[in-house]
Amino acid sequence: MTAATDGHASEASEGDVLLRMRGLRIEGRADEEWLEIVHGIDLELHRGEVLGLIGESGAGKSTIGLAALGYARDGCRISGGEIWFDGVDLARISEGKRRALRGRRIAYVAQSAAAAFNPAHRLIDQCVEAPVRHGLLDREQAEREAIDLFRKLQLPNPETIGQRFPHQVSGGQLQRVMVAMAMAGRPDLIVFDEPTTALDVTTQIEVMAAVKKVVEAHGTAAIYVTHDLAVVAQMADRIIVLRNGHVVEQGDTRGILENPQEDYTRALVRVRELRKERMEADDTDVPVLEVANVTAAYGKDPVLVDVSMTVPKQRTVAVVGESGSGKSTTARVITGLLPPQKGSIRFHGNTLPSAYFKRTKDQLRQIQMIYQSPDTALNPKHSVRDVIGRPLTFYLGLRGRKREERVRELLSLIELDPDQFIDRRATELSGGQKQRVCIARALAADPQLVICDEVTSALDQLVGEEILRLLLRLQKEFGLSYLFITHDLATVRAIADHVVVMQHGEVVDSGTRDEIFTPPHHEYTELLLSSVPEMDPDWLDRLLAERGEEFRDRGI
Amino acid sequence: MHALLDNTWKVLRTAPPTALFGLLVIITILLAGLFAPWLAPYGETQVVGPPSLPVGDDEFFFGTDEIGRDMFSRIIYGARNTVGIAFLTTALAFSLGAVLGLLAAVKGRWVDQVLGRLVDILMAIPPLIFALLILTITGTSIMNMVLVIAVLDSTRVFRITRASAMNIGVMEFVEAARLRGEGLWWIIRHEILPNITAPLAAEFGLRFCFVFLFISALSFLGLGIQPPTADWGSMVRQSSNLLAFGQLNPLVPALCIALLTVSVNFVVDWFLYRTSGLKD
Repeated sequence: MTAATDGHASEASEGDVLLRMRGLRIEGRADEEWLEIVHGIDLELHRGEVLGLIGESGAGKSTIGLAALGYARDGCRISGGEIWFDGVDLARISEGKRRALRGRRIAYVAQSAAAAFNPAHRLIDQCVEAPVRHGLLDREQAEREAIDLFRKLQLPNPETIGQRFPHQVSGGQLQRVMVAMAMAGRPDLIVFDEPTTALDVTTQIEVMAAVKKVVEAHGTAAIYVTHDLAVVAQMADRIIVLRNGHVVEQGDTRGILENPQEDYTRALVRVRELRKERMEADDTDVPVLEVANVTAAYGKDPVLVDVSMTVPKQRTVAVVGESGSGKSTTARVITGLLPPQKGSIRFHGNTLPSAYFKRTKDQLRQIQMIYQSPDTALNPKHSVRDVIGRPLTFYLGLRGRKREERVRELLSLIELDPDQFIDRRATELSGGQKQRVCIARALAADPQLVICDEVTSALDQLVGEEILRLLLRLQKEFGLSYLFITHDLATVRAIADHVVVMQHGEVVDSGTRDEIFTPPHHEYTELLLSSVPEMDPDWLDRLLAERGEEFRDRGI
Repeated sequence: MHALLDNTWKVLRTAPPTALFGLLVIITILLAGLFAPWLAPYGETQVVGPPSLPVGDDEFFFGTDEIGRDMFSRIIYGARNTVGIAFLTTALAFSLGAVLGLLAAVKGRWVDQVLGRLVDILMAIPPLIFALLILTITGTSIMNMVLVIAVLDSTRVFRITRASAMNIGVMEFVEAARLRGEGLWWIIRHEILPNITAPLAAEFGLRFCFVFLFISALSFLGLGIQPPTADWGSMVRQSSNLLAFGQLNPLVPALCIALLTVSVNFVVDWFLYRTSGLKD
């Protein structure tokens, strides 16, 4: 925080610069060819400063973050430029010298803690490895240091948590242990690569608060890589906006947020402003879908307890909750993949058979599903024509020219050029395009209800927003009802008419969007709402002050 | 057609030398087997000279066997029998194992349990002993042998098919197809099979090697391909006592077996490397 409070970081003295990149170029190998993915980046980082790198996927932000360790991923290479770290050029020195720096003076925190830890070793053993291997501390000192860091990072039972294995702690805790691991060698620079992206909003805050505190206390410089401007606003003194391997804009955090210069940055700042116009309440119709007192379990563990909700015609009902709240299970019950133990599913007033294979073709047709990850929702061996055409043939009996015409029509509807896309395979599409094809596949069945399971969470924010716009437009045009499952309250605010809040497999709060979003809130709804990062650099500090000590003791 | 040739050429050009060597050997052996009657200087069972001539003889380059048949001619005819039967057996093992494996993966529940346990039982018995047992009971016809080995080998194919189909089966596009109401065979044919062809094809190559060695082993033990039909495995057995006299005759068919096995493995390795995405 020091640099930002001083005003302009760039005017600080030369000796203060910890990391300087000059004309950094990185190439990636694709189809036997080297393609440049980072095109000459200049970057400067001062001691104790936190720099945010932001951009959508493919912007090169992680690649640049790793280059700060003098490292290039498999299939990538640093092809030009200089990376000066405290007087040595990381691009020139030998691999041995670079390794001597890593873990000791420069450390890295990866996005997925679960994938970054070795599941066969205890946490403490993995945390002390770097300082012990580098000969900075002996084993006992290192353990004491690690426990001290656990305490500073507000992990529960700091003395004993190190004895656990990675799978025995929660995702948020594991992420904090990884921060402790990175801090263990008391590095001058830590690169955080999307450390909170995989976490729930309430957990994200815990990690952000812990990281912020410990980084400030140790005066460590950091590069914070993320796609979420609101998150980086809480953490960084300065922000660099990246796109396609170029710097779009850079400046101190407040400047970027309050007065963005470039169109792209403006779009990022505005990303959460999409709003659906309010629908008048109409309770006269029989609802499209009624979930009545459903209790369901995987084996013996109950995951849904007495869940009820209704989806009115042409309305969007958003189901929100953190991971493990049972919102996706609700979708599985509705589609018939998981027959409930108690309760029933009614569609237009008629009770549906509980298992999907007992439902008629027409019943199946009327409820369609769009998945979270378009990568696994499309068969990589099928062309777009096959994917969209199959439900047309299967449900509506369209063949030959008629089918071809309808596929083209649907492609135009989802704003993809038929001539260009109809012959492509799923592997030749971007994430947003894949999700559009999934939408077209659902639409092809001519459904009444579409279940959207986290449809934007695997996408970049701007792309996700376009998908939401498309869904809203299609709802209007075809009178669709949506059951929208999400953990992202910004999405809920944007598109929902009704909101159902779930926690631990139960519905804890429900009502119209305005009811849910205007105080007074249910206690858990309040926690969720207040945990969504805002585009305001002071938001986290303020929130933590409000929540006070009560919050700091939370988190078991 | 031209594009296909072009493509093949492109693929071949990037192939490592080991794979090219493997391909060359396989093609040579296939051609030798196909055109055996024209290539072989003598008949398959024709006695043409004095018995047990050593390798390097002026007239019979690979020597003659214990009753005076030309080793070279019999190697060429042997390619036809050994490789042909091994191929037939592998194909049979694959049809059986793959179909059952897919069924077990997609159906799950009791189908999977019953098939899985059956396969476990078959795999628990050492295959060579099991084959010897069955063949002793039923008699040693080629048909019997093909069937027994095919059933025994299909257990391995079942396992790998089931495992890879399970991995695909949990993908959301398969769930989407189920929810659409698609039938079992449609899902297997359109959603799963296209995504597991690579591991299956690689497995086919490896299985072929094992079947081929298995037949050779059975022939060596006298329960495989019966004389006078030429076959590499039984040729080793029949001339094996010549080794005691310092003659190299049995090594010729043994080398052929080794060469083909190694070659197939080279090609399979290359194929796996290409399809697994482990390119850099």
